[in-house]
Amino acid sequence: MKSAPISIINFFRKSLVIVELEVRKMRHDPTELIMRAVQPVLWLLLFGEVFAQTRAIPTGNIRYLDFLAPGILAQSVLFIAIFGGMSIIWERDLGIIHKFLASPTPRGALALGKALSGAARGLTQAIVVYIIAFLIDVKLNWNPLALLGVVIAIILGATLFSAFSLIIAFLVRTRERFMGIGQVLTMPFFFASNAIYPISIMPPWLQVVAHGNPLTYEVDALRALMLENSTSIYGLGMDFIVLILCTIILITICTYLYPRAAT
Amino acid sequence: MSTKIIEINALTRRFGDLIACNNLTLAVERGEIFGLLGANGAGKTTAIKMLTTLLPPTSGNAFVAGYDILHHASDVRRVIGYVPQLLSADSTLTGYENLLIFAKLYDIPHHERNQRIQDVLSFMDLEEESKRLVRTYSGGMIRRLEIAQSLLHRPKVLFLDEPTIGLDPLARIAVGELIADMRNNYGATIFMTTHLMEEADLLCDRVAIMHQGKIAALGSPAELKSAIGKEDSTLEDVFVHFAGSNLESESDYHDYRETQRTRRTARRLG
Repeated sequence: MKSAPISIINFFRKSLVIVELEVRKMRHDPTELIMRAVQPVLWLLLFGEVFAQTRAIPTGNIRYLDFLAPGILAQSVLFIAIFGGMSIIWERDLGIIHKFLASPTPRGALALGKALSGAARGLTQAIVVYIIAFLIDVKLNWNPLALLGVVIAIILGATLFSAFSLIIAFLVRTRERFMGIGQVLTMPFFFASNAIYPISIMPPWLQVVAHGNPLTYEVDALRALMLENSTSIYGLGMDFIVLILCTIILITICTYLYPRAAT
Repeated sequence: MSTKIIEINALTRRFGDLIACNNLTLAVERGEIFGLLGANGAGKTTAIKMLTTLLPPTSGNAFVAGYDILHHASDVRRVIGYVPQLLSADSTLTGYENLLIFAKLYDIPHHERNQRIQDVLSFMDLEEESKRLVRTYSGGMIRRLEIAQSLLHRPKVLFLDEPTIGLDPLARIAVGELIADMRNNYGATIFMTTHLMEEADLLCDRVAIMHQGKIAALGSPAELKSAIGKEDSTLEDVFVHFAGSNLESESDYHDYRETQRTRRTARRLG
């Protein structure tokens, strides 16, 4: 029997091997990442500029474009994560997953590794959003600690929604159904959150939904960390606790479902 | 030390009403090339999935290299190699990267990693193609790469599920030769499934013929041929004798989907 610390180190090391695998794939074919990057650009430049003119959305002491930038970052991370589960269906159909499951890699490390690779993809979106935000004069906070906070919030958000995506993939098992469900789920996550407008302008029932949506806490953390003069509504501690708890729960479910993909 | 490297005791798997693998009991000797033969849906893949810890049995048990598949699954995984019937190499990575990732997953020490990768590449004659994306490989090359992946950690038992399915005749012969070499060079015991009688005849020390989830006959190809008492009979005749004349088993599990997958595999390999 191996001792617990060695098992834990092994667990994280193996997760990172899976991330390495996915990063190598991205390097060979970055088409998806480039296509995905178009979306946040459009949201900020078209939607953002227009809504900024209307001044219809109360964003306190910050400009609407400043308010929007962290929301769009969270959104593009959500979108890239939620379609990540597709690859597991592909790998199951091909037989790739069988070979991984017959190796001594811990099941949890396979699940965490796959979800964390969504974070690697999500971080590429952050670079795009930062460049656009800088160009449209969003008051960004360049404090290294704040930037580190942004990176952690993105990693958590992406891992969480990637794990969610994997769970859907394991349950529906076909690409067609997955695409349908993926489309249906991304919109509620996005609109029932504080990504493009504050929760305070929502009808009460929707406010309740938005408070149960992990994306809300990701956006809240990003807004506090990314912008120069903005604060968190729920408190950064609360934001990160919600994100970490959701991630742990979803990864645990994934770990349980993963081996069933080979049966 | 027992000479039996695989011991299967009454291994059974049900899918609803269907018994895909029914009370399978057999033992494989260390160093043997053992073939599990049968038509599509006879239960071969179900058996191999249970032995490789991918599928939990409904009842029964098995020991692989001394480890219990039920209670010591992770020890089993450490000492086996597995080449699934379906395509298992990642086409969006290079051949080298496919090997590198598995070398890391199997805890091959850093200083040995490159040497091991070079060894299996040269054994499988893939050195020149190792930096190319697997997407550009031929079917035979992909199969060789998959076998190379499964040899990196020098497994005690290598499970090959239909290793030559979808390959053209030349590639099939090449893979067949490699299977024999693997036993000789790496000392691995090989447990393979096939539905090709001539392949089993050529490669296997012993074969078991599986029919509707059960073992219908067991022995060396020569023994089985003489058992049916017909002069110059082929293993094909043996198969028909023990498994009945219907080549397609009635108990095909997930018929359409399996066929679809097999065809897709064949198309990608071909």
